[in-house]
Amino acid sequence: MPENTKNMPTVRGAKISKYPIEHFVADPEDTPIQATDSAVSTEAPVSLWLEAWRNLRTQPLFLISAFLILAVIFVALFPGLFTNEQPNAQCMLANSDGGPAPGHPLGFTQQGCDILARVMYGTQSSLTIGLFATLSIVVFGGTIGAVSGFFGGWVDAVLARLGDIFFALPLILGAIVVVQIPFFRENRNVWTIVLILAAFGWPQIARITRAAVIEVRDADFVIAARSLGVSRTGALVRHVIPNSLAPVIVIATISLGVFIVAESTLSYLGIGLPPDVMSWGNDIFSAKSSLRSNPMALFWPALALSLTVLSFIMLGDALQDALDPKARKR
Amino acid sequence: MRYSRTSKILGIAAIVALSLSACGGGGDDKSTAGGGDASRVIIADGSEPQNPLIPTNTNEVGGGAVLDLIFAGLISYDADGKPQNEVAESIETKDSQNYTIKLKADQKFTNGDPVTASSFVDAWNYGAAAKNAQLSSYFFESIEGYDEAAAEGSKVDKMSGLKVVDDNTFTVKLKQPESDFPLRLGYSAFFPMPAEALKDPKKYGEHPVGNGPYKFDGKDAWQHQQQIKLVPNEGYEGPRKAQNAGVTFKIYQNDTTAYQDLISDNLDVLKTIPTSDIKNFKNDLGDRSIESPYAGNQTIAIPYYLDNWKGEAGKLRRQALSMAINRDEITKVIFNGGRTPAKEFTAPVLDGYSDSIPGSENLAYNPEKAKELWKKADSIEPYDKSEKLTIAYNADKGDHKTWVEAVVNNIKNNLGIEVSGKPYATFKEVRTDATEQKLTGAVRAGWQADYPSLANFLGPIYTTGAGSNDAVYANKKFDAAINKGLSAETVEEGNKAMNEAQEMLLSDLPAIPLWYQVAQGGWSTQVTNVEFGWNGVPLYYAITGK
Amino acid sequence: MARFLLRRFLQLIPVFLGATLLIYFLVFSLPGDATAAICGEKGCTPAVEAALREQYNLDQPFWVQYFLYLKGIFTFDLGTNFAGQPITDILARVFPTTARLAIMALVFEAVFGIVIGLIAGLKKGKLFDSTVLVFSLVVIAVPIFVLGFLMQFVVGVKLEWANPTVSGDATFTELILPALVLGLVSFAYVLRLTRTAVIENSGADYVRTATAKGLSSRRVVMVHVLRNSMIPVVTFLGADLGALMGGAIVTEGIFNVNGVGNTLYRAVLNGEAPVVVSIVTVLIVVFVLANLLVDLLYAWLDPRIRYA
Repeated sequence: MPENTKNMPTVRGAKISKYPIEHFVADPEDTPIQATDSAVSTEAPVSLWLEAWRNLRTQPLFLISAFLILAVIFVALFPGLFTNEQPNAQCMLANSDGGPAPGHPLGFTQQGCDILARVMYGTQSSLTIGLFATLSIVVFGGTIGAVSGFFGGWVDAVLARLGDIFFALPLILGAIVVVQIPFFRENRNVWTIVLILAAFGWPQIARITRAAVIEVRDADFVIAARSLGVSRTGALVRHVIPNSLAPVIVIATISLGVFIVAESTLSYLGIGLPPDVMSWGNDIFSAKSSLRSNPMALFWPALALSLTVLSFIMLGDALQDALDPKARKR
Repeated sequence: MRYSRTSKILGIAAIVALSLSACGGGGDDKSTAGGGDASRVIIADGSEPQNPLIPTNTNEVGGGAVLDLIFAGLISYDADGKPQNEVAESIETKDSQNYTIKLKADQKFTNGDPVTASSFVDAWNYGAAAKNAQLSSYFFESIEGYDEAAAEGSKVDKMSGLKVVDDNTFTVKLKQPESDFPLRLGYSAFFPMPAEALKDPKKYGEHPVGNGPYKFDGKDAWQHQQQIKLVPNEGYEGPRKAQNAGVTFKIYQNDTTAYQDLISDNLDVLKTIPTSDIKNFKNDLGDRSIESPYAGNQTIAIPYYLDNWKGEAGKLRRQALSMAINRDEITKVIFNGGRTPAKEFTAPVLDGYSDSIPGSENLAYNPEKAKELWKKADSIEPYDKSEKLTIAYNADKGDHKTWVEAVVNNIKNNLGIEVSGKPYATFKEVRTDATEQKLTGAVRAGWQADYPSLANFLGPIYTTGAGSNDAVYANKKFDAAINKGLSAETVEEGNKAMNEAQEMLLSDLPAIPLWYQVAQGGWSTQVTNVEFGWNGVPLYYAITGK
Repeated sequence: MARFLLRRFLQLIPVFLGATLLIYFLVFSLPGDATAAICGEKGCTPAVEAALREQYNLDQPFWVQYFLYLKGIFTFDLGTNFAGQPITDILARVFPTTARLAIMALVFEAVFGIVIGLIAGLKKGKLFDSTVLVFSLVVIAVPIFVLGFLMQFVVGVKLEWANPTVSGDATFTELILPALVLGLVSFAYVLRLTRTAVIENSGADYVRTATAKGLSSRRVVMVHVLRNSMIPVVTFLGADLGALMGGAIVTEGIFNVNGVGNTLYRAVLNGEAPVVVSIVTVLIVVFVLANLLVDLLYAWLDPRIRYA
């Protein structure tokens, strides 16, 4: 890493390279190096997050994604406002695979249920599963990965090998065993699914976090912080983790969608939500048996799922930009 | 209440010795009628046999389809389920308890060994003895001496009821008169085995040697999880002579995949159209498809150990439940007509079937009466809402979810009670809960015939203590009526007794019959002469190229 | 370095013991009686069930079963499955096919994921970036059993570009379509990981230094931006190899591939502990080796990372 960047010549415009380069290299004048270098030491621990937040709330990407996410949460909390049907509405076989009809703008499923109502009422379960399973793996897997990467040595060996064991466990095997634990056996619900997905999903994010932490643990700013007397744990929490978040955010946002879909795969294996709980995963799985004759039954829940994932991916992008002082201004 | 298998299976006085020997050798008129290219090797869908291919150790369709082609039993069944002689010259009895079985002379296994009386007797003894742990051992339970050989931990390896008279004759003594015994002899458990089989069953199970219309194609005929290659057995001279140059069972993990291969002409015959394509297959295949009823049904059993479903109130609720299910609509919408609404507990392809047994109105859709009966039951004994009704099914094999959901919606809409499907991850888990009487609700049941007889649908499921009696139904009068069927002397009398027994079932409803199975199958543009048998399996030997 | 490698190989031993013990215990505690799976739809008599239990040691307590299995491993006799086939035969049959499939899927997701992710990262916010985002959303939101079925139906049945199913030989060409399907979800991960890292790194000081030195932008991108963006991607790919091998239940089912995923799935459903444990043991070795390789790659990709 260059030691002194202050006097770096401006290369922009110089005909050294054949291709214009501005689209991947930040302009030095756009990068607040001076500002960073002259940061007041007393503000340092909070400034990253605080600055990120200040920056975030003015970003259109963030505003759009936040609006979308709030909208999805609103639907999850008050699904009844978006459909005329009752949650326990009767599904009539006479309507099987029917197209849009008055009062039923999206048509019917194979069992003759109103698709709009099912998508709206399914939001709650699916969002709960996606959000909380993701949150669990980020907190649990992230912590294990960060500790393992930062401290190395035998801590790393033990935690990483533990991850290997868990990663190799077949999900189906673990899931079948979990759902037969007496407590879950009689009341299988979204939290059972969250538990299963989190229990077998954390090693992946742990490995990614570990890699990201290894990448920055020996960086100059960490060594600088340590030499200024910051404890190892302090350096990990204040300096290493914030700078390792980017890949973790990527994995988390995608996993959110993957988890919501995984619930339908669990249904396919007979260990998902009970069939009378409405969720996008259950709907997507049911739609499979009428895929060729009624593809719309698949399309709408999948669309709802896509929009949700999209809003979280956008949020993730915005967050990354906000956390990365160099990319921020671009 | 551990499930005893003691014989209540007995049944109708079906076709007795004389008629059996009379129709021997007949029944192959259809196979030659269509003509077609006999040099084609037919590629059919199969599933990996669950066990080594030993006749007495195979009780599922994947292995059964192969065994039926490489073996010839004493009798076989034609397309309609009528028995025809294969290896048997005659099966005679005077009292329905002592049978004398004569074999045709000069029959050979494909390894050159002669098929003799001991080929049968030794194979059956092997199958019955507990120490050999053969899955189909209970098929021999009617034979005298079975109890000694099949008792847990028994070292006895011979049944006293079997005696070899000479090379081509043996006698069978049953524990009690059972007039439908000869009808069972076409089932795979009763096939003969050569001496080498019993010397090293493990090795034999990988490379079975039989006496049927086909044989294994050399050493590598069975490539596990991939295919089983059969070629015609030139030495076979029976009613099921091969009309093609071989049958290759391509092993599939699911029907949907096999269907894709069928419509792209990579597979010649598919015996089950997947549920996801039930609405498309007639369009995709046109006249290359078939819907052919076979001896199987679908029911939901409701255990009597559940408080809501016992006694007089329980009986009324069972009837209400049954009347709340619109079988016509479900079979039409969900199965696209590929099932037939049930009118009783057996199947229409069987001899003696009747669709107008008194009580069959309990299986007709009648939502008003259902509500009325439900109310009436509540006045006797209030419905305990904390015990939510569920319908258990297994998610690992067969697509049950769709129809269970439709039935659940029917009940919900018409009776206004809480009910839901209850998927189990594995088949064994449902079975274990059922046999240990730990079910918390109804369970998907149903029966595929082993041999074509009404008794096969009633005895093993509804008699007291029977092996598949998931409802734990116990009715002495019913048991007596089934027993009466055993001792009947003519076909008609036997069937009449069986249907009288069914009247009790129709009123008590230990299980609620839903519909009869219909084989929905299809074939490629390369083959013709495809016909399905009484058990829903294509008659592979009759298929030819175009 | 040698000590580092030795240590990692020695770590295999506790991993092996821990994993086999854990998995054996999980299979042991699966609900339902294993003999019910053997006996099937029609059931069998209590005497036969008892004989079967004895034959497969199902009547023994957990520890005895586990030690019998361990003993088997050291005498190179893994036993048989319930159908009587030696487990070594099963492993020899399914692992080559699955390894081919998984490696093809890995190459697919790595190549396409990195290339497209790189371009999307360089053109952040442009049309290409947005198109790629929409495509990855589709991949994420539609489950594999639908996507796989659609690709099979369109490519195999309608267009007839390939056979819809894979034959027993599982040749390279037959496996292209299943590998594409199998790698799809991971492709989305690789793509977004690459994109993020590229965006992060293209503003880094050393990139500006490199540009300042007068390097061509192609070289800057390939050597400096890309190489430094590879750590999360390589980590993900390393962990994914094992997942692709063991978790391809749905894809293998759709294309009728006779591989690890389905064999494992069936063995779990039947409660065949020795089969499950044997397969998972091989998978764990794959995991540990893949992760070791990844750790070694870190040092190559980023010289600041050292191993003692």
